[in-house]
Amino acid sequence: MIGVNRQGEVWVFAEQHDGRLEDTPIELMSKARGLADALGVKLAAAALTDGVGGLAEKLIQYGADKVYVVEHPLLRTYQTNSYAKVMYDLIHKYEPQIVLYGATVTGRDLAPRIASAAKAGLTADCTDLQIGDHESAKDKQLHKNLLFQVRPAFGGNIIATIINYDRWPQMATVREGVMRMAEPDVNRKGEIIKEKAELSQHDLPLEILAEHKQPRKVNLKAARIIVAGGAGVGGKDNFKLIWDLANCLGAAPAASRAAVDLGFIDHDHQVGQTGTTVRPNLYVAVGISGAIQHQAGMSQSQKIVAINSDPEAPIFQIAHYKVVGDLNVVVPKMIKAVRARSVKQQQAEVTE
Amino acid sequence: MPYNCVVLIKQVPDTKRVTGQAMNDDGTVNRGALPAIFNPEDLNALELTLQIKERFGGRITVITMGPPAAAAVLRDSLYRGADDAVLITDARCAASDTLATSYILRCAVQKTCDFDIVLCGRQAIDGDTAQVGPQLAEKLGVPQITYVEQLVELDGGSITARRNIGMGWQQVRAKLPVLLTVTGDANEPRVAAAKKMMKYKKALAPVEVEQQARDENPDADEATVKELVEHKYNVLEQKGLLIKQWDLDFVQADLKWCGRGGSPTKVHRIQSVVLAAKESKNIKPTGEGIAEMISELIIDKTIA
Repeated sequence: MIGVNRQGEVWVFAEQHDGRLEDTPIELMSKARGLADALGVKLAAAALTDGVGGLAEKLIQYGADKVYVVEHPLLRTYQTNSYAKVMYDLIHKYEPQIVLYGATVTGRDLAPRIASAAKAGLTADCTDLQIGDHESAKDKQLHKNLLFQVRPAFGGNIIATIINYDRWPQMATVREGVMRMAEPDVNRKGEIIKEKAELSQHDLPLEILAEHKQPRKVNLKAARIIVAGGAGVGGKDNFKLIWDLANCLGAAPAASRAAVDLGFIDHDHQVGQTGTTVRPNLYVAVGISGAIQHQAGMSQSQKIVAINSDPEAPIFQIAHYKVVGDLNVVVPKMIKAVRARSVKQQQAEVTE
Repeated sequence: MPYNCVVLIKQVPDTKRVTGQAMNDDGTVNRGALPAIFNPEDLNALELTLQIKERFGGRITVITMGPPAAAAVLRDSLYRGADDAVLITDARCAASDTLATSYILRCAVQKTCDFDIVLCGRQAIDGDTAQVGPQLAEKLGVPQITYVEQLVELDGGSITARRNIGMGWQQVRAKLPVLLTVTGDANEPRVAAAKKMMKYKKALAPVEVEQQARDENPDADEATVKELVEHKYNVLEQKGLLIKQWDLDFVQADLKWCGRGGSPTKVHRIQSVVLAAKESKNIKPTGEGIAEMISELIIDKTIA
C-alpha cells in the first residue's frame, strides 16, 4: 500500500499482444496527458514485453514523457500472475499517484489482481476521468486534486463518480472507445527507462494450450457513419433496410442489444453498454427505443438521427434530427434522397 | 476423484428491469424499484459446479455476503443441488467496496474447507466490475482463470478451461486449487428441482428465524421471543434446514479491512442519467422533409 503522493506520476498500462500495442493505451494516453498536465506531473507508460520493438517510441509520440520498459523472456505472453507481479513491483518502486488500464479482457483480469496485492482502490470500466476536489462528509476535510473516476452503475441507470483519497495509487480501468485517440507527434521526445524483472516459471501458473483469435467482422469504432437497427425493424429479413441504408451512406451497419438478441445481426455489430462504444460523425438509429444502456454506447456521436414510430421513445431526447414515422416508409425515402443527391453531384461535376 | 467446490453468489437488484425511478429525490438508489434476483452469471457458476459434482462427486458450498434477505439466493442454490449454504451478514460489512468484499470473502472461504475450486460469476449486474473474483484469487494465493466459457477437462490435480478473450478464445490448464470466473455463455442453468424445493423451502438463516418469530408474535416479550427462536432453531438444525450464518467475528476478519474503513474507493457523487441533444429538429416523415435533412447533413459535411 502506498500513501498519498502529490509528486507521483500518472501511469498508463501499455497493453500489447505479440509486440503490437492495443488501441486502448493509445486512447488512454490523450486523456492521461490532460490529467498529468492538470496535476503538473509527468505522464508515463509501463510496457511489459519480451523485447520491445518501437513500442516505447510510439507511446512517446502519443504523449508519454517517460516509458518504463520491462523486458523478460517470460513476459512474452500475458499471464495474470507474472504481469501483476511486475506491475506491483514497479508501482512500489516509483509510487505513481494514478495508474490507468484499458477495460479490456486483459485489463480487467490484471488490474484487480494488482489492486488486491497493493491494497489499493480500483474503479472498473470508467467512461470519464477528471481532476477535482472532494470534501469528506464525515470530517469536512478537503482533499484536493483527486482523480474523479466516472462510471455508469446499476446497469447504466446512474452515473457514479468514485474517488480514492487515502490509499493510493488511484487506479481505474477505462472503457474501450470512449476516449478520443490523439494524433501522434513524431517529433516528440521522451525518456525510456529500462527495468529488470525477477521472474521464474513459478510466476506462470497457467499453461496456454491453444488460442484462437478471429478478427471482428466490422470495425464500428473506426466508422464515420453508423446505421443501427433495433427491435423495431421487426425481423431479420427486414434488417436488409439497415444494410441498404448503410451501403448507400458508406456506413457501418450496427444494432441495439435487442436486435442482436433477436438474431437480426451478429453480436460484433452491437452498440451499447454490453457492446461497442462508438462516437461517429453520424449515427442513424432506426427502430431503436434508446434504452439508457444503448445510449451509453452512442450518445457521444456528433449527429444523431432517430427514426421511430413512437414519439415518446427515449432516443428522441438525444437526437438532433427526430423523424417520427414508420421506418419502412422513412428508410426507403432516405435511401432515395441520398441517391438523388449523389446523382445531382455527379451531374454537376460532369457539367463543370 | 471428488472435488470440493465453493461458489460465491450475490443477490442483486434486477437492473435490466427497472420499474419507476431508479433514483430517489435525495440521490440515493431506490431499491424498491429494482426487484432482487440471483445474479445471472453466478447461476452459471453454480451450474458449472453442479456439473462437476455430477461427474466427479464432491461437496458444494455456496456463500453469499449481504443483508438477511440475501438468504433467498442460498435457498435457491439448495433447490438446485448445493450441499451447504453460508450467509455472511454483518452491519459492519456495509459500504464495502470490491477490495473489502474480497477480503471478507477470503476469510469466509478459508473458514469453510480445503477447497479445490472456487467459482464466481464473471461479474454482478449491479456493479459490473468483475473485480471481486480476481481480488479474491490474489488473497487466496491461487491462480485465476477469468471469463470461463467451457470446462474442457478436470483430471486429478489439474483443470483445463476455455476462456473468452473477446475476439476469440484461449484454452488454458492450471493446477488445483484455482479460482474461476464464469460467463453467461458457459451453460444454461438448470431450474430448481421440485423435490429439493419442497425440502428446502423451509430452510432459514438464524436472522430469518428471529424475524419470523417477531412477526408471528408481535406482542411477545423478549424472553418469549428468545425461547421461540431457540426452539425453532433446534428443529431446523435437526432437519438439516438451518442455513449457516456467520459474522465478521466468526470468520476472524480484521475489521480494519472491512466495510467503509476497509474500502479505499468512496462515492463522491451519484447522478441520474440525463442526456439531451443541444439542438434538435423535428423532421416530417415525407419525401421533402427527409430530402431536406439529407441535404443539410451533406452541406455540413456530416455525409461526405
